[in-house]
Amino acid sequence: MSLSNLIDDWSRYRKGREEGGFHDYEHMWGMSIDLNKCIGCNACSVACYAENNLAVVGKEKFEKGQGMHWLRVERYWDEPDLGEERTSEFQQHGASFLPMMCQQCNAATCEPVCPVAATYHTPDGLNAQVYNRCIGSRYCSNNCPFRLRYFNFWSYYEDSWPAPLQMQLNPDISVRDMGVMEKCTFCVQRIRTVKDTARMEDRKVRDGEVQTACSQTCPTGAIEFGDMLGMYDPETGVAETRVTKMWRKHQVELGKTKQNKQTPEMRGYRVFEFLNTDPCVMYLDRVREV
Amino acid sequence: MQNNEVYKDINEDLKWAQINKDVLKSMENPRKGYWISVAVCLFLISFAVVGEVYQYNVGMGAANLNWPHMWDLYIATFIFWIGMSHAGTLLSAILHIMNADWRKPIYRFAEAMTTFSLMTAGLFPMIHLGRLWNMYWVLPYLTDRGIWPNFRSPLVWDAFAISTYLTSSALFLFIGMIPDLAICRDNARGWRKKLYTALSLGWRGDDRQWRNFRRTYLIMACFLIPLAVSVHSIVSSDFAMSIMPGWAVTSFPPYFVAGALYSGCAAIITLFILLRYYFRWEEYMTIAILEKTAKLTFAIAMVWTYLNLIEFASVWYGHSAADKEVLLAKFFGPYAPFFWGMIFCGSVVPFALAFEKLRRHLPTMMVVSILLNLGMWLERWMIVTPTLSLSYHPIAHDVMWPSWVQWFIVAGSFGWFGLLFLVFVKVFPSVSMYECKEMVLHRRELANKEISPVMANNPGGGAPATGVSSKSPGVEGS
Repeated sequence: MSLSNLIDDWSRYRKGREEGGFHDYEHMWGMSIDLNKCIGCNACSVACYAENNLAVVGKEKFEKGQGMHWLRVERYWDEPDLGEERTSEFQQHGASFLPMMCQQCNAATCEPVCPVAATYHTPDGLNAQVYNRCIGSRYCSNNCPFRLRYFNFWSYYEDSWPAPLQMQLNPDISVRDMGVMEKCTFCVQRIRTVKDTARMEDRKVRDGEVQTACSQTCPTGAIEFGDMLGMYDPETGVAETRVTKMWRKHQVELGKTKQNKQTPEMRGYRVFEFLNTDPCVMYLDRVREV
Repeated sequence: MQNNEVYKDINEDLKWAQINKDVLKSMENPRKGYWISVAVCLFLISFAVVGEVYQYNVGMGAANLNWPHMWDLYIATFIFWIGMSHAGTLLSAILHIMNADWRKPIYRFAEAMTTFSLMTAGLFPMIHLGRLWNMYWVLPYLTDRGIWPNFRSPLVWDAFAISTYLTSSALFLFIGMIPDLAICRDNARGWRKKLYTALSLGWRGDDRQWRNFRRTYLIMACFLIPLAVSVHSIVSSDFAMSIMPGWAVTSFPPYFVAGALYSGCAAIITLFILLRYYFRWEEYMTIAILEKTAKLTFAIAMVWTYLNLIEFASVWYGHSAADKEVLLAKFFGPYAPFFWGMIFCGSVVPFALAFEKLRRHLPTMMVVSILLNLGMWLERWMIVTPTLSLSYHPIAHDVMWPSWVQWFIVAGSFGWFGLLFLVFVKVFPSVSMYECKEMVLHRRELANKEISPVMANNPGGGAPATGVSSKSPGVEGS
């Protein structure tokens, strides 16, 4: 029963790691985010709030650091250059933006530390969070180097969606209660819907058929979302998806701690690659005139 | 040293009947001071109850936890209490195997301290859970859902380790107490008679019983030593197994074990002085024993300091930017006062134990031991919190101070521990009578004195020592 599941999971995990591939995976959802295109408008974040029933906690609690933004657009300001010329780059360039959502690491650090296995890896390459199973030990968030897991410190239901606002909640995804950890799911409800449709119509999921709320909303098309499995297994006949092409073009590979780039000017990188968490989100560095 | 004649571990002329009398006296009806202590403990507990009820109802936000400060004082205090539990095992099991007989008058209350601090520590992982009502999910119980806990998680190891350790240490405490419980049984009336009759398991003190008892005790001691070491290693793996800078430190298991023994020894000194004062146990809790405990504490303090320095050095030479940043933040950041307080209490104050004059001065020792424990509590806090406020991701750098709820619950845990301990000293003998008798015998043998005078009944017209047990305690077995 469960013990055999455990052993199966373990052997699959070992096998996957040794072969450097994910052959028995059904899909491998991934992203490519072009920071050149990102204008920091936060539309992705808003879309995420609407799609995933994220609690709007209010200014006070947000400032306390109890916000629930699964997708946050981080702003990094240039240090004012107070050199000889006394000019400040701060003025010239403003902020650089980094939209951060759960990186869906293939060797996720949050997964092994959960005492009740509320977070685990699906055969879709997703890092799933089971809200009903979560007991709120919060170890996963502590062990996430990206700090992309958010905890329901309060019961937000009444404050967040006063009647009749609860009518606008997305029925495809639950509303999380107090004491539960949550995080970006790559809009798993959309993935499920598309996969079910494809199964009904007896076909494979097409490229671009699944769109996460953020990639759908991004006005500049900075966020690409798709299946990346074709990149690893061309023999199966899966055509290369747009995301796979981006990853190949920018010479970033899954399962590597350090990328051996033939052409270092290619902009692709993954956040904290040296930690070997193997994220599924690739960023394309912003290029600027200095 | 000429003073050695004055400072003996135990008075060799102490009569056995006198030992019985002195220890049994501690279990008589409490005096006023006792009730005041109980009231103080209950007062502290009421604080924790208020905090916990509030937090349970409105959520963990009440504790001023935030992103990224997911853990704070609860986990720090949890480690503190777990750590404190290790000294009891050190005294009763490790020193037992090493044949250090000076432990005999003081190991019983140290063991009780072990059990009760574990009972206190065990509350904290529950209190800190977001969904307290589902806490049993970390245990592997049979269920229709077929879901097991995640055996890779250090928190599950914690649950196993602590429950195992609590069971074994409670059992060890009980087993070691059986001969004494028989003495209590022979002298008690009323509900106590019933209680001790049940607990002493028909102890008559005959040869076979003593032999079995010795063997069981030794086996339990041998079992408990690796268990105690592994328990705190496992607690340290809550941090060492993570990926976070300042937590993922290879030297954490020995560092935690050293810290555990350290805080436990300091707590033993505190309780030693309190018991000696309250029960007038100058004959048993002698200055010589206090000195030996203090020397042991000093040695452990130096080990702890060394491991601390190793940690800093390895971070420094490791050249990991994030690790370095956390270390520097401890030195100079917002947590610096607490960090330097920890260094002062943990590494500077113990040098007071190096001076014979101070070691023999009870008020100084009281202050020192409390400072040492304060330092060890700060150490745990400084392990948990700076890492959370300064992890890899710069956007998540944040400083958050605990709210009144956390402080109330931490204060209440001391009340809870105190209450358990106060109940213990009135219900059970907190000095091991039979082992004190053994100790007197051994010392007399060493001094080439006759054994029979101390074994006589009716010392100086006092109450008859015991009925059945007059021939039992310690003779045949030792």
